[in-house]
Amino acid sequence: MFDRLSFPQPWLSLILFLIWQILSDGVSGGSVALGLILAWLIPQITHGFWPERPAFVKVWRMPAYILRVLKDIVIASFSVAWLILSPRNPRPAFISYPLQLDHPLAISILASTISLTPGTVSADVSDDNKTLLIHALDATSDQEVIDTIYNSYEKPLMEMFQ
Amino acid sequence: MSPLAEYAISALLVFGGAFTLIGAIGLARLPDFYTRLHGPTKATTVGVGAIMLSSVIYFSAIGEGVGISEVLITVFLLMTAPVSANMLAKAAMHIGVKTVEDTEGKPWEQ
Repeated sequence: MFDRLSFPQPWLSLILFLIWQILSDGVSGGSVALGLILAWLIPQITHGFWPERPAFVKVWRMPAYILRVLKDIVIASFSVAWLILSPRNPRPAFISYPLQLDHPLAISILASTISLTPGTVSADVSDDNKTLLIHALDATSDQEVIDTIYNSYEKPLMEMFQ
Repeated sequence: MSPLAEYAISALLVFGGAFTLIGAIGLARLPDFYTRLHGPTKATTVGVGAIMLSSVIYFSAIGEGVGISEVLITVFLLMTAPVSANMLAKAAMHIGVKTVEDTEGKPWEQ
């Protein structure tokens, strides 16, 4: 029963502990105690859901990626807002996106990015992790959407996870 | 509080409110379930982000320190919005929600 007391994911535990200290008003005995309990309990409960750790992640590339996504979110909101207010009807489409990433964590980051950025929501991943089904709000051509996603998001992610 | 901070807060609040309103209009105006998913995941995200930013400026301007909790709320929102959109889309495909006629391509059979 000894591993019941351990922290299977030390980084996750540390982040949970720190976030709990920030969220509670000021560090006190109570917040440290509860933070420790949460830092132990949450990784224990969610352990089975985490994908295997990637072999090597270039974490220092992450800030540039996040900044790019934040910028795209703002641009995306303007284009979606414009589309909602303009009288013409959008041309929605379901697009199958061929995935080149193979790590589950990388795929879920890509899927979340797609959902947050210009006119696309990721709907599903095929069982063999090879295809991503995307719903585009206003697509002129499938290939254009696929190329944009590949160049702006998948390529940086591939560099990060390889 | 300096007038500059007040102007910035007001502008951000109007901007955020406008975007949240547009997201809500999109929910009513867009033709089918899948297109309606787009309004809340994008327009509203920026709307809430702007409102949070105005809150950060307000609390630092009245001298209560920079509000890290607001930044955290925004981060959590950005992390959870795509997951809920994904779950809604999956559920819709599972029960076979109809798409508008001019949609290209088809959702997968579940």
